[in-house]
Amino acid sequence: MGIAVSAIGFGFVYGLSAREAGFSPIEVLAMSVLVFGGAAQFAAVGYVASGLAWPGIVLLTALLNARHLLYSAALAPWLSKERFARRAVMAHLLTDEAFAISIGHFRRLGSTDAWGYWMAAIVSTFIPWTLATVAGVVLGGQIPEPARLGIDIIFPAAMIGLSVGLLTGRREVVAAIVGGGVGVVVALVTSPPVGIIVGGLVGPAAGLTVPARMAHETAPLGSAASANSFSMPGAHAGSPPPDEPLDEPRVRPDAERPR
Amino acid sequence: MSTDLIPLAFLMFLVTYPSRALGLLTPWLDRLPRVGFDYLQLVGPAILAALAAVSVMVVVSDDGVPAFHIGIEWVAVLACLGVTAWRRNLLMGLIVAVAIVVVARNLGFAEIPS
Repeated sequence: MGIAVSAIGFGFVYGLSAREAGFSPIEVLAMSVLVFGGAAQFAAVGYVASGLAWPGIVLLTALLNARHLLYSAALAPWLSKERFARRAVMAHLLTDEAFAISIGHFRRLGSTDAWGYWMAAIVSTFIPWTLATVAGVVLGGQIPEPARLGIDIIFPAAMIGLSVGLLTGRREVVAAIVGGGVGVVVALVTSPPVGIIVGGLVGPAAGLTVPARMAHETAPLGSAASANSFSMPGAHAGSPPPDEPLDEPRVRPDAERPR
Repeated sequence: MSTDLIPLAFLMFLVTYPSRALGLLTPWLDRLPRVGFDYLQLVGPAILAALAAVSVMVVVSDDGVPAFHIGIEWVAVLACLGVTAWRRNLLMGLIVAVAIVVVARNLGFAEIPS
């Protein structure tokens, strides 16, 4: 329920931002149904507004959503007995929220519960998110002077707020600072779209220069703690399930065998 | 009603779905090199920070020349950062950011962007 409420609030804000960037309701609906990824959709609003060419948008979307590889690999042993076609559909609905809920649910049960996955993915996330994003872009048209109401600040504020949940170690902090700094400098010298791309690619490389022993990583990518960090802020308040220690090792399928 | 961005949404789906499906549909995905995993971990913060920073610090004039911008937007974004980090709730941070901008603009302390 908490996740659904969070999805509604965040989805509505996304719809408002998308409208500001010139998205139509049908385009927002297409994004929500086909992409179904809050951070990537929010980022796409910024890319489109800044005039970034489509290949750049697609590249950055691929990078931003690549973390799902880890969630997918971690869930694979639990869902291996499901039919291939069903797993293919489950994959499209795999989000930070769906992973965080279902992996904790499976562990508590000690077995797979496909209905639990569908509930986490569709009822708690997909339906509220999609409807709220469309509501945001439709109802945003009723607002006469958006700048006076500060709607233009929602996008950059949402981006920086989303990044807070991802700062789970020193490498992430370095990546964010370098990414932002390089992005601004390159944007001033060239253009905002180029700055965003260069910042987004150089930042992680800078973060990797921090030695692993000094990184103090608290939520390795692919873990439930990481999913909580990426999921809609407010849904989990950034804390892992009680049975999920923050310093757990990187989740791998062979460490996730159903009991 | 514009449908120009629907193909873009489809392309974004095409690059997103494999990362969601490969692990579930193939068993070898966890063999990626460690440095690849580590790089992926850092992509999110870097891109989001770049987007936020460029959005509030760079404005493009009518003739297409980027320029450095200082304004109330900095205060709002920093306030959102602080509140979100403190309360672990982005919606609360957004409300504070919007409130700062609304008050500043409507009281004449900040320019209303065109």
